[in-house]
Amino acid sequence: MSAALGVAVAVAAVLILVGAVLAIVRAERGPSMLDRTVALDIVVTCLVAAVALYASLERRADVVPILVVLSLVGFIGSVTIARFAAVEPEDARRVRTREEVAAEDEARLRAELAEAAAREVPDATEDDELVGDPAAPEDDQPAGDPAARGSDDGGAR
Amino acid sequence: MRRRSQWLGIVWLAAVWVLLWGDLTWGNVLAGLVLGAVVTWGLRMVAVDFHGRVHPWRVLVLLARFAVDVVRASIEVATIALTPGYTPRGAVIGVQLRSHSDLYLTLTAELVSLVPGSLVVEAHRLTGMLYLHVLDLDRSGGVEAVRADVLAQEERLLRALASPQEQAAAGMVPA
Amino acid sequence: MTAAAWSTVADVASIVLMLGGAFLCFAAGVGVLRFRDLLARMHAATKPQVLGLVLVLAGLALRLRSGGAVWALVLVVVFQLLTAPVAAHLVGRAGYRTGKVSPGVLAVDELTAELDRRHGMPADDEDGGSGADIG
Repeated sequence: MSAALGVAVAVAAVLILVGAVLAIVRAERGPSMLDRTVALDIVVTCLVAAVALYASLERRADVVPILVVLSLVGFIGSVTIARFAAVEPEDARRVRTREEVAAEDEARLRAELAEAAAREVPDATEDDELVGDPAAPEDDQPAGDPAARGSDDGGAR
Repeated sequence: MRRRSQWLGIVWLAAVWVLLWGDLTWGNVLAGLVLGAVVTWGLRMVAVDFHGRVHPWRVLVLLARFAVDVVRASIEVATIALTPGYTPRGAVIGVQLRSHSDLYLTLTAELVSLVPGSLVVEAHRLTGMLYLHVLDLDRSGGVEAVRADVLAQEERLLRALASPQEQAAAGMVPA
Repeated sequence: MTAAAWSTVADVASIVLMLGGAFLCFAAGVGVLRFRDLLARMHAATKPQVLGLVLVLAGLALRLRSGGAVWALVLVVVFQLLTAPVAAHLVGRAGYRTGKVSPGVLAVDELTAELDRRHGMPADDEDGGSGADIG
């Protein structure tokens, strides 16, 4: 009897685990935040199922408040994200690799320098000492600042 | 009417509190009532007016059918998910509900979301329109079959919970 | 039957229910990965999830068999039944509003037509926030 119980519990645990892993894959891929929200809702439910499985195996009643709280958190989390969902820009859809990030940073730096050089030429009468050195980074535009040039990404890829 | 529904809300919250603790003791019930009162009077929401009559037998039938439907719905989604190579064609359908009350709209939306095939994605409260997403249009029998199902669900709900005046206002023959 | 025999029956029933619930969690995971668009994935997140949770918690209740914790499980089931459709509704509405629903995959789409028709109208009820719409 115990062996059969052990096997059954193992099978149930594996099923729950696989379901959760597949949902996490969707959370990584899913093109929008809402897809990710839905996938993580399933992960939370699998968590509840796993905790309930453990509680039934050990016959512990004191983990039941965990189940209540987890199911509430799952619901409130997905509702909150859905309530404040906004239109996302196209390039926010997936996590980029290190090479892509480096390439983007380089392209952004080049674009900033070109823009700085282009802007300084008409101001030659005011700032004479800077005309000869268009490559110097200006104080208010640090080269590595990701927030400053959010719209330049389109041309870089 | 408003006070009665408020008291019902407080009793319901007290019941939730007692269920959370699991022990039916005077302390729990009292604490539940106090907390329910604090929540109801401190966080005001629009009151739900319930003018209907509850038919116990019909409510039981409704719940039993609902339970069967929930099981069927999960089996259907699991079948569609696990059948390799099958891509369902979805659709979004609008259904005009017959009753004009918020409570029945909400309850119908809840019921319809959990039965096979459909999920409510938008509800226009002023006009009483429900928009559902159907997972598999062919398996559910087409647009008109889904509409008929939703209206039948609403009718079962109204017969179980609504008063004869509300049933007549919804265009049904009061039973 | 003796009490021990009933207890064995309850244990067996509990593990059967747990297996059913675990299978439905697995089906929900497969569904959310396989389905092609947001609305279909919501089906996978709502229906098998609710029934799976009900089965698993029923199995747990049969195993615990007495005590106040069983009533808390009843409460969780009622919460899930009430809140899963609401969450799906809000996600679906947000999907329409942020343009995540592509009309191409849908055979019939009456809501996009309705939203386009209403697009110029000021302050519709559905824009007033989720709390004021229900009840």
